[in-house]
Order: sequence, then C-alpha cells, then structure tokens
Amino acid sequence: MHPILTLVAQRLALGFLLLFAASILIFVGTAILPGDVAQSILGQSATPEALANLRAELGVDQPAITRYFSWLGGVLQGDLGTALTNGRDIAESLSSRLGNTLFLAFWAALIAVPLAITLGLLAVRYKDRWPDKLISAITLTTISIPEFMIGYLLIFFLSIQLPLLIGGMEFLPDGLRSWLLSNLRFSSVALMNDSMTLIEKIKSITLPIMVLTLVVLAHMMRMTRAAILNVMQSAYIETAELKGLGMLKIIRKHAFPNAIAPIVNVVMLNLAYLVVGVVVVEVVFAYPGMGQYLVDHVSKRDVPVVQACGLIFAAVYIGLNLIADIVSILANPRLRHPK
Amino acid sequence: MRIPLAALIGLFFTGLFFAMAIFAPLIAPYGMAEVVGDVWEPPSDQFLLGTDSIGRDLLSRIIYGGQTTIFIATAATALSFIIGSVLGFFAAVSGGWVDQSISRFVDLIMSIPTLIFALVVLSVMPTTITILIVLMGLLDSTRVYRLARAVAVDITVMDYVEAARLRGEKIGWIIFRETLPNALSPLVAEIGLRFIFAVLFVSTLSFLGLGVQPPQADWGGIVKENKEGINYGISAALYPAYAIAVLCISINLVADWVLNRTTSLKGGRG
Repeated sequence: MHPILTLVAQRLALGFLLLFAASILIFVGTAILPGDVAQSILGQSATPEALANLRAELGVDQPAITRYFSWLGGVLQGDLGTALTNGRDIAESLSSRLGNTLFLAFWAALIAVPLAITLGLLAVRYKDRWPDKLISAITLTTISIPEFMIGYLLIFFLSIQLPLLIGGMEFLPDGLRSWLLSNLRFSSVALMNDSMTLIEKIKSITLPIMVLTLVVLAHMMRMTRAAILNVMQSAYIETAELKGLGMLKIIRKHAFPNAIAPIVNVVMLNLAYLVVGVVVVEVVFAYPGMGQYLVDHVSKRDVPVVQACGLIFAAVYIGLNLIADIVSILANPRLRHPK
Repeated sequence: MRIPLAALIGLFFTGLFFAMAIFAPLIAPYGMAEVVGDVWEPPSDQFLLGTDSIGRDLLSRIIYGGQTTIFIATAATALSFIIGSVLGFFAAVSGGWVDQSISRFVDLIMSIPTLIFALVVLSVMPTTITILIVLMGLLDSTRVYRLARAVAVDITVMDYVEAARLRGEKIGWIIFRETLPNALSPLVAEIGLRFIFAVLFVSTLSFLGLGVQPPQADWGGIVKENKEGINYGISAALYPAYAIAVLCISINLVADWVLNRTTSLKGGRG
C-alpha cells in the first residue's frame, strides 16, 4: 500500500480511538465523581423518595460500566436520551440547535479565514515595518480580552452608541441619515427562526460573526505569519533566490507547496477553537444554538444533556484536528514523493 | 541591564494590579457588597465609576473583583505549574512506558476543549472557589506538562545528567537538582501566558454563571450583573473588560521580554 494511505488510515484509526476515549472521559467526569449526582441535582432539601426516584431514572443504582455501555450504545444509534429538566428527547432538541451553531461558525469562518491569511501574508511581506507592528498590536489586544467582553464592547459601541452618533450628525442630509440609521443597525440579540430569509438571518448574526472573527483572526494571523516565515527562511528558498529565480516562481514552485500544509493546519486548529468560542458568544447574543443549550443545562445540572453536548463538541473538535493532520500529511511533498 | 520601555510599562501595571488586589480593603472606598446608592448612578465625585445594577459602588466592586479574579488565577497557575512541571520532568527523566502513558493521557485530556470539559465537570460539582482552582489548575497543567517535558527531554541527554545517573543519584535529585534549574527560563515565560489564560477562563466561567458566585465580586461576574444596562447605554459592564485587557496586555509585554532575554542568553537569534 502507498505509504500515504497507511499514514492516513493510522490517523483515522487514532481519531476514532481518541473519540472513544473522550466519551469515556466525559462519562466518567459526570458519573463517577465524588458526591451524589441525584443530591446535587435536587439540592439539599430533597425528600428521600424523590432522590430514590431520580436515582432509578438516572440508573445510578446500576454499576458504572453497565451504564456507560448502554449510554454509548444509545449514542451510536442516535439516541441521546431524554433531558431530566423537561423530559424532551435530546437528539430532537439538539438537531436544530446544532444546525444554528454550524450556520454561525460557517459564516464566521468564511470571513475570518481569507482575512487572516491575507493579513498574515501582509505581516510577512512588511515584516518589522509598521503594517506588521500594527497587526501584532491588534492581535495582542484581542487575545487579551475574553470573547464575551468583545461581544459587549461591540454591542455597546455599534448597536447602542453608533445610532446615537449618526442621529446627532446634524450636518448630514436627512435622507442620508435615515438611510444610514436603517442600514447600519446591529442587532444585540441574534434572533433566528425558519421563516427568515438567508439575508435576514445573516443580518441578525452580524455582531456574533464579528466577535468570532476577531477572536480567531488574531490566532490565525499569528500562526500563519509564523508558518510562512518559517518556510521563507529555509535553505531551499535561499538556494532558489541565489540561482536567480524570480519571486513569483519561488513562491509558486518552492514556497507554496511547503507552506500549504502549515497554513491548512492553522486554519483547522482555529476552526476547532471557533467551535468552542461559539459557546460563549451564543450566550451573549441569546442565539439559539448548541452552546447556549449546553450552558443552560449545566446550571440546571441536567447531566444527560451535558453529556450529549459535551460529546458532540468533543467529536467536532477531534474531527477538525484529525482533518488538520490528514491534510498536512497529504500536502507534504516529502511524504507524497517517497524515495 | 536595560529594561525596554514596553516591559517597564508592563511591569508597572502588573505590579499596580497585584498591589490593588492585595490591599483591596484599604483602597476600595466602599464595602464589596454594600448598597450605597441608586441603581446605575452615573460617575460622580462620590462614586468615581458610578453604581451597579443594585446600587453598589462600581469602583469598589471592581477592586474587590480584581482581588478574587487575580487570586483564583494565581492559585490555579501555581497549581498547574507544580503538577505539570513535576509530571513533565518525571516523564522525561523516566522515559519508556511511564513517559508514554502520561503523555497519551495528557493527549486525551487535550482532545476535549478545556471549556467544554470544565462545563461537563461543573455540571455535577458545586461551584466553590476551591473547586474552580483545582479544576482550572488540573486542566491547564496539561499544557505546562507538554512544555516541561519537551524542555526536559533536551536536558536529560546532557552529559551532566548522565554523570548524575552513573554516580547513582535518585530520580528526585535528577529532577530537582539537575533538570529544574536548567529548564527554569522557558517555564518562567510560560507562567505569564498561563496566568492570562487563567484570568480569561475564570472570567468566562463566572460570566456563564458557573464560576464565582454572587455576592462575591469578580470581573466576569460584574459583566453578568450589569449586562442589561448596556442596552440603555450604561457602560458599567465594560469597565471589567478594560481592567482585564490592561492586566493581560501588561503581562504579555513582560512575558515577551523574559522570553527574548532568555533566548539571547542562550545565544539564540532572539
């Protein structure tokens, strides 16, 4: 078999093994921790009958291994169990929310990825000059503020202060002012329902997209810059320069094939990061996605929902990291043309 | 030794924040949970930053909140460094199956996003400050472990470690007397970055209502308490954001300087 196929197959197997192990870890994290789960769900004032009922419902009276495998068996068949708090089927409540979360992440990625790569390239092109320094300063600021605070800063300045500012600009003609006011409106709540058109949906999530973009942009730019600098400083690029190749040809024949793997890697790692950033941003903008659902049910101590959401987030995260690995194997010229 | 301006500014603000945290009861004009005025009063001579959603002095809340946030972040960082570096050195010095099993377990924990893992655990644990510190310290120790192990693997192949092994030193000696002093500089720079991560993380948990519980003040919680005000143009919820940004940027500047200094010491390209 081609060595690349072997490597990819190994990675895939490793990914599934990791996911399996992660499911054990999530289960262990919620099921075998010290303390009575039923007690902590119902609180100190619960009656013994209520506790016994809940224990039977959770299956806590059975050994942990039995519970784990019946849970895993259910998950593999698409049955995520029922929520303790409202008795609804978890898979059903999750499906539309997962869709919403992926919708938000998709648009954020669509804007952040090309922007980050372009800015990363700019930083390399103007290394140690003002564009590079400006980009690093902005990066430093955005990684020093938590996601949710970026969210509230944007809400405060864009959806509250900006309309006031525009309204106060007496010198603008009235027509222009009202046009600006109606078009530069950033909603601080990201509503989402099926009757909305695509444009309405995107308008409604403008601010969440901006927050997520800012959050991943910084990391992605920094890593892209480092990856490209690493390639550009290697000996074969210097050789190519010395033998008199033009800049374009160096980039096309030597730099690009070697830089593609690290860049794809950077993008995938940051998409994985984005999936987690979504959790907080959804809470800020009351967006009906997976993250808000998870956080809600953590505070209600609804263990089955938390397990299901945790597993899905872990699966997406592991999956994206797996793709990053596989792409860098496929894109590596040394692995593609073995001696 | 000349300290660059950026690092000086960083050192100044870092010192200022830590001093504010330590002497919070002396500096704060009012008590932490003392209701002293109306709801969301604008900044005035009496209340320098105004009042919060139930009429407590916002400046006092932020000073006390800084105390909580900085204390939790410091404790969690210390814990993660103790666990992570000891395990990392132990794995590197031992090698073989010990190294393999610890490293694979750390890989496994890192395969689940930190926030998600913390949420899963917090769904069954009471949210006390001790549990927050232990949880954050344990989760963050995986990153320290990786760095410590990587640094220590380079050191353990040195001749002086080999010499110590040959003269029959125990593993404790090799870790603390041979490896640790030589691995200190990269770890010191990492402390800053881990501390920033801890500040952001505990603020996020508190904002989600799963961290520090009211009436105890902390920076994430202040945002949560005052977020409704934003819709009326009241900026009370934004001050903690500025505080966190200034603290984290300052520490970043210091960490950058430490890192550059240590690489130039080693004769690296800096």
